[in-house]
Amino acid sequence: MFDIGIVGGGAVGSSIAYELSRFNLKIAVFEKEPDVIFGASGRNSGVVHAGFYYRPGSLKAKLCVEGNKKIKEWMKILNVPFKATGKILVAFEEEEVQELYKLKEIGDTNGVEGLEIIKGSENVQKLCPTVGEAVACMYSPATAIFSPYLFVIALAETNLLNDVKYFLNCKIVEVKRENGNFMLKDQNGNRYECRWLINATGVHCAEFSKMVGIDSYRIYPCKGEYLLLDKALAPLLNMPIYPVPSKDVGAYLGVHITPTVEGPITIGPSAEYIEDPEGYETTPEIMEQLFQGGYKLWPYFKRSDVIRTFTGVRAKPVPPGDKTFYDFLIKEEESVPNFINLIGIESPGFTSAPAIARVVREIIEKKEKLIPKEKFVPASPRKERFEDLPEEEKQRRARENPEYGEIICRCEKVTKREIIEAIENPLGAKTLASIKYRTRAMMGRCQGGYCLPKIVEILEKEFGYKPEDFQLHKEGSWLFSGRMRKND
Amino acid sequence: MTEKDVVIIGAGPAGLACATRLKEIGVNDVLLIEREKKLGGILNQCIHDGFGLHKFKETLTGPEYIERYLQKLINYKVEVLSDTMVVNLFPDKSMILSGPWGREKIKAKAVVLAMGCRERTAGAIWLAGSRPAGVYTAGVAQRLMNIDNYMIGNEVVILGSGDVGLIMARRLTLEGARVLMVLEKLPYSSGLPRNISQCLNDYDIPLYLKTTVTRIHGKARIEGVTYVSLDDEGKPIPGSERFIRCDTLLLSVGLIPENELSREAGVAIHPVTGGPIVNDTYQTNIEGVFAAGNVLHVHDLADWASMEGELVADFAKRYLEGSLPQTQNWIEVKAGEGIRYVLPQRISGKIDVNLLFRVSFPARNKHIVIKDKDRIIKRKRVINPHPAIMENIEVKRDELKGVQSLEVMIE
Ligand SMILES: Cc1cc2nc3c(=O)[nH]c(=O)nc-3n(C[C@H](O)[C@H](O)[C@H](O)COP(=O)(O)OP(=O)(O)OC[C@H]3O[C@@H](n4cnc5c(N)ncnc54)[C@H](O)[C@@H]3O)c2cc1C
Repeated sequence: MFDIGIVGGGAVGSSIAYELSRFNLKIAVFEKEPDVIFGASGRNSGVVHAGFYYRPGSLKAKLCVEGNKKIKEWMKILNVPFKATGKILVAFEEEEVQELYKLKEIGDTNGVEGLEIIKGSENVQKLCPTVGEAVACMYSPATAIFSPYLFVIALAETNLLNDVKYFLNCKIVEVKRENGNFMLKDQNGNRYECRWLINATGVHCAEFSKMVGIDSYRIYPCKGEYLLLDKALAPLLNMPIYPVPSKDVGAYLGVHITPTVEGPITIGPSAEYIEDPEGYETTPEIMEQLFQGGYKLWPYFKRSDVIRTFTGVRAKPVPPGDKTFYDFLIKEEESVPNFINLIGIESPGFTSAPAIARVVREIIEKKEKLIPKEKFVPASPRKERFEDLPEEEKQRRARENPEYGEIICRCEKVTKREIIEAIENPLGAKTLASIKYRTRAMMGRCQGGYCLPKIVEILEKEFGYKPEDFQLHKEGSWLFSGRMRKND
Repeated sequence: MTEKDVVIIGAGPAGLACATRLKEIGVNDVLLIEREKKLGGILNQCIHDGFGLHKFKETLTGPEYIERYLQKLINYKVEVLSDTMVVNLFPDKSMILSGPWGREKIKAKAVVLAMGCRERTAGAIWLAGSRPAGVYTAGVAQRLMNIDNYMIGNEVVILGSGDVGLIMARRLTLEGARVLMVLEKLPYSSGLPRNISQCLNDYDIPLYLKTTVTRIHGKARIEGVTYVSLDDEGKPIPGSERFIRCDTLLLSVGLIPENELSREAGVAIHPVTGGPIVNDTYQTNIEGVFAAGNVLHVHDLADWASMEGELVADFAKRYLEGSLPQTQNWIEVKAGEGIRYVLPQRISGKIDVNLLFRVSFPARNKHIVIKDKDRIIKRKRVINPHPAIMENIEVKRDELKGVQSLEVMIE
């Protein structure tokens, strides 16, 4: 029996677990996928938002501003890479300048620090030398970039050290109330009991809420496609460049161009409503639009710089065409006591996650006193990437351990030691994508052309994988149909 | 810091040939570096035959071809560091090596780049759709099957008619998979005609030209693809979309010379070949840095890559001796009408040169013309020029007297 059952192991679910694991509570996180970063938390812009887009007084405004500070603190504690780049919103036409002033006013009201309007193309280029010809910009120094997947992985691994239980490949398919508690059942018929139930299922939140008996919410999945550009371009972009948000699409920030902490540059996201909450498809038309849109902001890339495309899906609580402002919904449902619902946690959901976790904690604290744990581990040990070490240190380690000498991924220069540590990850995530997100192997410009066979060899020789054990990223994503010939 | 006369990066057909040749001509302080445990590069996974016709006058499999060089390598006692990756290369020709033995910086008087090439990926060709398992580049599939002993799928569509894809069409068929079709967006195949006949026609595998994949279906494992016909401008023809079920998609959509190290060192790269810009001594813009094989431009045959490696050995030796031709007035070589690229891109005019080039489109009964402005220097008849086939014309030093610029074109 668990005190807390959190369904969904993404940024929100894992942040809540982190917040609550400071107390004497038995916590379980149920995640239907084989890893915690396969939902929206692994498919976004990786921007720590400042909070000037959202209606003053709204939860989005408050939690984003609070989250902006908090997530940076958490990242320092957890040793997750982020860069305080700041960002600019650029106006290309005079009419757009008015919009910048409006956003600044909203931002100032919301308590966003340091917003500044800067006029004149030259002055804009002083901040960001490579931006396209702009009339003016708003500079937001509080905005930052970070590695979204490493953040969630660091949270989850720390949570394990604080006795949070993670159940991967565990899809909750049924929820019943028994003796005032929740009885959960997964797709394999396993049962779990908990006193509190938290819905952190992202784009599936309405569906899950219905499972618990509350059918009053709807989610309209809205996908965002991205292009990913070769990291060779990284020196040419020092901060995210955003357009002035369009008034036609509700709460859509527009196609932006964003550096990532690891180097590659993202262009996106688009915004299209789709049926399938996991319709992670890219389309030729949108890819072309992104190319054009990105080029206007930052004319420094070619078609051949694209190394990959990807898609995330937003959990929008309003249908297409509805331009009213809508807020995060975070509450304990009156009709189902101890059930905390989180609905419509889309952007800035990631930035806000630590603040959302605080709100959830306070909801629980209203009903029961939480007793701090004697021993709380603030962070699991995280190593720097080998490639980021000084050369002398690299040589020293390689002399001591042959696995640091062997480079498995040539594009991102990932060593065998790092691959092995990723395979042995404490969550027990077993897919190839799990290794990819943890090490960056297979993420570079050759997309695994060189290292995939090498990683396969390590898994086979050192971890005893059989052909049928290899999975790319989810149940059924087999790599091999068998052996070619008998192995000798 | 160890210092070598010549360091060769990469022990494929080009690097191996270069190393052995250097020894033959008396350069002894040579180090050959290879990141794999086994020497031979991509030929180790090419278990089909067809290698060596030009070099050894017989047809060999990839491993047999390599074996010939390995014998020589042993006889000549060439110093080899395998299982070692060059992770950084600097403009002063120093470099950092890393392997299970450790990690160290060394320096060379001359460097021969022979790193080969890599495959273009789904992202690089803007392939749309979902991202399931079962989408492999042809070379990775070849390696997984032939070396690592894994079967990669059962019902296969191949996108792109590059040679590796054609070879894999036959290989997969022989292993019991069904190769449903090969799709090529161009109006002609980018593979060698002999591979079309021996790998597709002999097994009744259809090749659809002016056709491409527009969408990948399936979430976990690929479940099929949508493909369309393309018009003369390469745009999808509305209404021509069709769906075919498959559990595997192989991509054979081009090879890219692997010049990450070269770029880091400051070597200038040609936008069309993707390889270094070289002069008639195969020297790049950095003095003492040479390039040979697929790192320079993608060859159709391993034999040509080896021959280039040998040629470069001679120039590297002359570099060490200080006897390379010197000039202040390089003659720029231009790819004119109907020519995709010409190599070398600049010549001294002081030595004979073998111009290598590819045509832009297939044609029949044409002439290749080499001009200095309006003056015709040389003319050669080509019966069936094809982009998949590398052509060459030798130009003698005497013919280059007084020449200001060169342009190669098709007539
Ligand atoms: C395109 C895009 C760009 C964005 N950019 C930014 C940005 O730059 N900055 C920012 O702050 N925010 C951004 N966001 C928003 C942010 O990504 C999300 O708000 C945040 O990741 C939500 O986290 P989550 O944990 O709620 O969702 P998820 O990461 O989706 O986690 C939900 C998890 O629940 C699991 N699950 C669902 N149903 C079940 C079930 N029945 N049983 C078990 N498990 C289940 C899912 O598999 C999933 O892993 C962006 C979002 C998108 C889509």
